[in-house]
Amino acid sequence: MQAFTTLNGLVAPLDRANVDTDAIIPKQFLKSIKRTGYGPYLFDEWRYEDRGEPGMDCTHRPLRKDFVLNQPRYQGASILLARENFGCGSSREHAPWALLDFGFRCIIASSFADIFYNNCFKNGILPIRLDAAVVDRLFAGCAAQEGYALHVDLVEQHVTTPEGESIAFDVDAFRRHCLLNGLDDIGLTLTEGDAIRAYEEKRRNEAPWLGL
Amino acid sequence: MGRTLFDKVWDQHVVKANEDGSTLLYIDRHLVHEVTSPQAFEGLRLAGRKPWRASAAVATPDHNVPTTDRAKGIVDPVSRIQVEALDENCREFGITEFGMNDVRQGVVHVVGPEQGLTLPGMTVVCGDSHTSTHGAFASIAMGIGTSEVEHVLATQCLIQKKPQRMRISVEGDLPAGITGKDVALYIIGLIGTAGGTGYAIEFAGSAIRQLSMEGRMSLCNMAIEAGARCGMVAADESTLNYVKGRPYAPKGEDWVMAEAAWRGLHSDADAVFDKEMLLAAADIAPQVSWGTSPEMVLPVTASVPQLSDARDDVQREGWRRALQYMGLKEGVALADIAVDKVFIGSCTNGRIEDFRAAAEVVKGKQVAPSIRLAMAVPGSGLVKKQAEAEGLDEIFRDAGFEWRDPGCSMCLAMNADRLEPGERCASTSNRNFEGRQGMGGRTHLVSPAMAAAAAIAGHFVDIRDWK
Repeated sequence: MQAFTTLNGLVAPLDRANVDTDAIIPKQFLKSIKRTGYGPYLFDEWRYEDRGEPGMDCTHRPLRKDFVLNQPRYQGASILLARENFGCGSSREHAPWALLDFGFRCIIASSFADIFYNNCFKNGILPIRLDAAVVDRLFAGCAAQEGYALHVDLVEQHVTTPEGESIAFDVDAFRRHCLLNGLDDIGLTLTEGDAIRAYEEKRRNEAPWLGL
Repeated sequence: MGRTLFDKVWDQHVVKANEDGSTLLYIDRHLVHEVTSPQAFEGLRLAGRKPWRASAAVATPDHNVPTTDRAKGIVDPVSRIQVEALDENCREFGITEFGMNDVRQGVVHVVGPEQGLTLPGMTVVCGDSHTSTHGAFASIAMGIGTSEVEHVLATQCLIQKKPQRMRISVEGDLPAGITGKDVALYIIGLIGTAGGTGYAIEFAGSAIRQLSMEGRMSLCNMAIEAGARCGMVAADESTLNYVKGRPYAPKGEDWVMAEAAWRGLHSDADAVFDKEMLLAAADIAPQVSWGTSPEMVLPVTASVPQLSDARDDVQREGWRRALQYMGLKEGVALADIAVDKVFIGSCTNGRIEDFRAAAEVVKGKQVAPSIRLAMAVPGSGLVKKQAEAEGLDEIFRDAGFEWRDPGCSMCLAMNADRLEPGERCASTSNRNFEGRQGMGGRTHLVSPAMAAAAAIAGHFVDIRDWK
C-alpha cells in the first residue's frame, strides 16, 4: 500500500448527500477479478450518457458535461469533497479502488459510511471527517475560486485552505500509523500468531461445537 | 454493571486489546462469494500465505449466477470467469464450496443460516454488506471489504474498533400484514441511512420477539441500510428451534453445551446502551419506498412528499434529484403508482416464509396485464425445493409469475436479470439506489406480500385491505 503523509491537491466538489458505492462503481464492473483498472468507470452512470460495460474503451464515450468530474476546471483533482454519509451501501472495495485509480488520494466529507471509511485506509486513501459547517465553507471556496486546492497533512492532522485557515481533523491512531507507513496489516496481525493460537486453544475448551 | 448482548459476544472474541484502542477480534465463521473474494485469494497467493483455518470459511457463488437454464452454464464470459475463479480458489485453498449446481447453493446470507453455519454467539463476516443478516442469531455479523476478506483468510482475525451500542425496542403486537421488512423500512425512515453509523444495533421488544427467524433476518439484513456496523436480536426459543438439526449445527453433547451457552445471549436487565429508542408496533403500516435511498420511505397510505417539507437544503436537493430519477411528482399517492416489473427474492426476502406469504396473495389470481415481468427467485436451492414440495411454484406459475433458480438476481442485476431504463419495479430487495437494478431502473422497496399484491393489481395496494 502506498503511504500517505502530505498532499497538495486540487479539489473536486461532489455536492450530493448519501453517495452510495453503487454510484461510485456500478455492479457490472465488479465482475473483474483484478484490483486495478476501475478508474475509467468511476461514477460511470453519472459521468457518461451511455451504459458502460467492463473492458469498454471510454475515450470516445459521450460525456454528461454537467457532471463535476467532466468539467475542465477539475481535471487532475486528487481531493474529492463530498457531503454526509459518503460511501454508503455495498461493501465493495472496488469503490476505493476506482477512486484511487482515477487519482483521488483524499476524500473530505461531513460523514462516511463505516465499511467504505475502513476500506479507504486499506488502499492508501485518507478519508477526512469535518463538521458540516466547515464542509459548507469548502464547497463555497471551490465554487468561488478556480484551481481551489488544499494542503492535507496526516502527520500534523490538519487541512490548510488557500486562505491560510488551518482545520484540524481526527483519525484513529492505528489507522494513521498504517497509512503514514504504508503498512500491510496482515503482516502485523501475523506477528500476534501466538496470541491467536492461545485464544483458539481456550475457545476449543469453552465452545467445542465451534470446531476450532 | 450488566452487559449488552453485543458486549457479551464481543468480549468472548477479543484476542488482544491494543493500547491504541483497536482490538484484535477472532472470527468464527467466514462466508465467501465470487465477487469480493478473487483479489483476496490473489493477495494470499502473491504473499505465499495459506488460510489460517480453512474450515472456518464456506463459499457459494450467488451474485453472477443465472436464474434460468442453469444446466447450460453462464453465458456472459466475464461472469463465468469470476464464478470459475471461486471454484478454483476454493479447490486450491481447501475451502468448502456449494457450487453452482449444488442444491445447497444460494444467496450466501440465506445459505449460512439454512446450513447451520451461522450459530448463536458467533462472529460472522463476509465480503458483503448484508452480512448483518446473521445478527438475527445473536451473533456479531459484519460486512467487510476485500482487504479484510484477505486479512480474515490469512489470520482468522480482524482489527476492529468497538462500535457504540444502540437498542431499538419495538413493543406491542405487530398489526396483521406487517412483516420484519416493514419494521426495517419504518426504522430506516425514522433514523435515516446514517442513523446507525458507528453503532451496533440490538433490536428488542415484544414485537421483535414475535418475529420468526425469517422476519428477524429481514430486519437485521437491513440494519446496514441504517448505516449500522451490525444488527442483532437476542437468542430465544425461536433461535434454538431454527438452528437445531441443521447440517452444520452441533449435535449430541455439543448441542447440550451450546444450548446452555446460547441461552445467555441477551442483554442483561441493567445493561446500559449509548443510545435507546422505543417504538410502538401499532404505529407501523406497510411500507413503500418512493425515492433513491432506503430512508425515502413512507406508509402505503401516504403520498410522495412535498419538497417544501424537507428539513434542509441538502435533503431538499436529494429529494428533488430522487423525484426526477424516479419519474414522480410531489403529492402523488403511493397507491396510485403503477409498476412494470415485480421481483420477489434476495437476501432480504428470499426465504420460505417470504414465498409462502407472496403465494397466499397471488393464489387463484392473475398478474395484471400491464406487468411486463413478475419473477419469484428463491434464495437457495433448498428454499426452492421446499417451496416446490409445498406447491408454491405452481401457484406462482398459475398466476403468471416466472419461477426461477436461486441467486441474487435482480436485487443488484449483476446477472442477466435487470430493469431497463425507466422501468419501475416493486422489489423485495434492500436498495433503491440509482441504477441498482439496472441503469435507469426505478426501484420501490416493499415486503413480499406487498410486491405480490402490486403484481396482481398493477400498482401498490395496502395489503391490510387485500381480499
